[in-house]
Amino acid sequence: MTMAHTGPEFSSSRDEHRVDGPTATDTTRRLLARTWDDPPGIVGMLAAVNHKTIARRFVVTTFAFFALAGMLALTMRLQLARPGLHLVGPDLYDTLFTMHGTTMMFLFGVPVMQAVAIYLIPLMVGARSIAFPRMNAYAYWVFLFGGLTLYVAFVLGAGPRAGWFSYVPLAGPDYAAGKGTDIWAQMITFTELASLLEAIVLITTILKMRAPGMSLNRMPLFAWATLVTQFMVIFAMPAVMLASTALILDRLVGTQFFNPSLGGDVLLWQHLFWFFGHPEVYLIFIPALGFISSILPTFARRPIFGYTAIVLALIATAFLAFGLWVHHMFATSVPQLGKSFFTAASVMIALPSGLQIYCWIATLLTGRLNLKTPLLFVLAFFFILVLGGMTGVMLGSVSLDLQLHDTYFVVAHLHYVLIGGAVFPLSAAVHYWFPKVTGRMLDERLGRWQFWLFFIGFNVAFFPMHWLGLHGMPRRVWTYPAGMGWSAMNLISTVGAWTIAASVLLFVFNVWRSLRHGPSAGPNPWGAGTLEWAAPSPPPPHNFDALPVVHGRDPLWDPPTHPAHVSGLAADAREVLLTTVLDARPDLRSLFPMPSIWPFVSAVATTVLFIGSIFTPWAVVWGSVPVVIALTAWFWPTRRHHAQAMALERKP
Amino acid sequence: MFAAGGFPALAQATPQHDALAPAGVQAAHIARLWHFTLIVTGAVFAAVLLAVLVGLARRRADTPAAPDLSANTRPERGPRRAVIAATTVSVVLLVGLTVADALTDRALSKLPAAHALHIQVTGWQWWWQANYAPEDGAPGFAVANELHVPVGRPVIVSLAAGDVIHSFWVPNLHGKKDLLPGIGSTIEFRADRPGAYRGQCAEFCGTEHALMAMTVMADPPERYAAWAAAQRLPAAPPDNALAARGRALFEASACANCHTVRGTHALGMLAPDLTHLMSRRTLAAGALENTPANLAAWIRNPQAAKPGATMPASALPAADIQALAAWLTTLK
Repeated sequence: MTMAHTGPEFSSSRDEHRVDGPTATDTTRRLLARTWDDPPGIVGMLAAVNHKTIARRFVVTTFAFFALAGMLALTMRLQLARPGLHLVGPDLYDTLFTMHGTTMMFLFGVPVMQAVAIYLIPLMVGARSIAFPRMNAYAYWVFLFGGLTLYVAFVLGAGPRAGWFSYVPLAGPDYAAGKGTDIWAQMITFTELASLLEAIVLITTILKMRAPGMSLNRMPLFAWATLVTQFMVIFAMPAVMLASTALILDRLVGTQFFNPSLGGDVLLWQHLFWFFGHPEVYLIFIPALGFISSILPTFARRPIFGYTAIVLALIATAFLAFGLWVHHMFATSVPQLGKSFFTAASVMIALPSGLQIYCWIATLLTGRLNLKTPLLFVLAFFFILVLGGMTGVMLGSVSLDLQLHDTYFVVAHLHYVLIGGAVFPLSAAVHYWFPKVTGRMLDERLGRWQFWLFFIGFNVAFFPMHWLGLHGMPRRVWTYPAGMGWSAMNLISTVGAWTIAASVLLFVFNVWRSLRHGPSAGPNPWGAGTLEWAAPSPPPPHNFDALPVVHGRDPLWDPPTHPAHVSGLAADAREVLLTTVLDARPDLRSLFPMPSIWPFVSAVATTVLFIGSIFTPWAVVWGSVPVVIALTAWFWPTRRHHAQAMALERKP
Repeated sequence: MFAAGGFPALAQATPQHDALAPAGVQAAHIARLWHFTLIVTGAVFAAVLLAVLVGLARRRADTPAAPDLSANTRPERGPRRAVIAATTVSVVLLVGLTVADALTDRALSKLPAAHALHIQVTGWQWWWQANYAPEDGAPGFAVANELHVPVGRPVIVSLAAGDVIHSFWVPNLHGKKDLLPGIGSTIEFRADRPGAYRGQCAEFCGTEHALMAMTVMADPPERYAAWAAAQRLPAAPPDNALAARGRALFEASACANCHTVRGTHALGMLAPDLTHLMSRRTLAAGALENTPANLAAWIRNPQAAKPGATMPASALPAADIQALAAWLTTLK
């Protein structure tokens, strides 16, 4: 391996066109593409492991879940448009909000950020692939099957209806009859398994597969945000997997974790759930901060202001996020001193977010703004998220929370934070990276219409809810009596919700139109500075013909420096370059696995086990047999792979 | 477009239900903190928005201009000072808010408890049971879904959950407190203005969480004393033949399995005590106004007004239901 562009030192020992590099021929490029491409046909589709293929499916799947959950929300808003309506009954309404919250948090919010990262991270850090590509495929299939399980159950009338945080004893065996809650708990297991695996995939990619020269202090801020988030996943998810497993054990085999009359504790559930549940908000929010830090410099035409401060703020947010779960439980009997601590932590987490916002404003104020749709969505973030942050400070205060907790004020707050803090930046990201993924531009005029409909519709839908909460409307009510003074605000809110729906439809139309007629984008339509814009749009299966060498934070903006590329990786084998964790010095060449059907088969076997265990605990026993067989086949070394590895081996 | 059915607007003056119109010292503390927090956060929000608008009004580059990389080589002293200043101000404001919160929290916990009224409230799917403690030699008594408290006297409510988690919340008087199975808790408040204050269960508790309301009537002390004295009495004997038949039916049918009417053979413990049913403003935890017609309709088919309610529809013939309702309406 060499970092010179003059050609590989071992080229004499190998066929010239079988090695990549800036001087490689077209034949080599085609060979690279063939090597990294997914196999054809239906079996090939199921065996695909290319990170872009999996990520595209992943993103589309999460958007489909977003649309489904949105439709549930529209139904709820119709039911609440007038007092005393009987459009849907109480049990169906309870199912609707449970499904809405569960879908948005577990099947959209967290996974969509991982899905986008799976697409972008290898391109941003200048890698050919994601780490553990087969595990990545497996995680996607497990996620898909988990989400489908929930929706099939919903359609069959076995949807959960204990709310997305399923408080016991309401979700326990005595008060939630039927299979709804069991399916909910197993869906958690599915999605958490998928997110834990994706966390490992992303952390490994970011720490070991960055382009030579991309030391940690030159890493794009989206990669930093993703790295921080995935570490949070690893610490947060086990708590909820533990909780949901205890719940399903209480329900299926009669353990008593949460039954106070037999020594269990109903608050244990709340502690475990919120120890995960509050960080979860930041699992959704921190990647969105990464989007903003990526998009803002491009449209302000300057490097980000305060790179180091922003990185430290991301890490501080992640730490603090684990110290404030109790603010969801201020109305339970929490000791005084404990409450003061959690109030202080809840209020202080506003600081790192504030610091980032100040850095972004400094970037805005000292740049030259190119006001395109992605930037509009980012600017809306400043309005909506900051407002949501302010109500968050209010909810962090014990005394105010006693009035505001579990009212529509909280519904307003969480939508300002999650839609303003995640969906708006995500929309910005979609408009920004759409040309990279598809090779075509989205229509700017439709994008503006979509933006304004969304922005206005959002505020019309959710701002009145602050007022409703202060005037006593509790959340999760299927109806309310006339004469409470709540009717007008509820009607306004419903109109806003449907405005958002119109905006989403416009977006779908824009995507559909652009895919067919959109103008060609070229590699770098926005004039951005990060590495993903060095690859063609859409990127070829192997991402980069020659792996770039990085000398600064904005490689495409920085003056050209020698060497610009590394060369010497095999073009006829899935060889990738691993670099050191801190400085990204070339470290190892590693041979990556080929596409395989076994991750898909393993996911099917895992699904059989998880679903079977809803009906009989014995499924854990017989269901693990096919899982073991599939995993064994997955990891079985092939002669071909071994021979290839031996051929690529070089003696020092 | 929308056919509004179901709940007629309550004809009497609607009880207040508003966290920002405090009628007690606890709610007043919280409302003051709210106004202070609103001013501080509102000012910060306005400042951020102003900065973004200034950025928007400044230089534009309508086509992607060449990036300005001067920041990489030249330290940006002005922006750095501004960011440090904004962060420092944020720290000061956030510490201020935390201190204000701690002071309010302390004030909330310092309600003088001398000569307090003690009530045990139990939450059930989906109604409230209230047991008033014995006082000055007078026995305690049970009511449901409607509490009366004397103005100016502290009230200590012990909270318990009968089945799942509920939350006790009367916004004009105080914030909320959860009722947790297996974990006892209390909430203390004092009503300083007479009036009717509505409360509603604030923790999702199943099908009819939406229709689990209560009223707290804050009465002048002498009126409260009269009310409490009346509640302590057993039900009066029926004064006409129809009512007498109704009472006999009540005692003989499934009604008595769940309801108690003191002074009769009905001693059920699973549903609201009906001894002085007609002293209450509403039926079924606020789902219906308490009128004879609504009462008969409720007995006939509870699911119409409160789908999912645990009270079964009565299979008695219409004449019997008339008799039942006739007797129940005598329970003043």
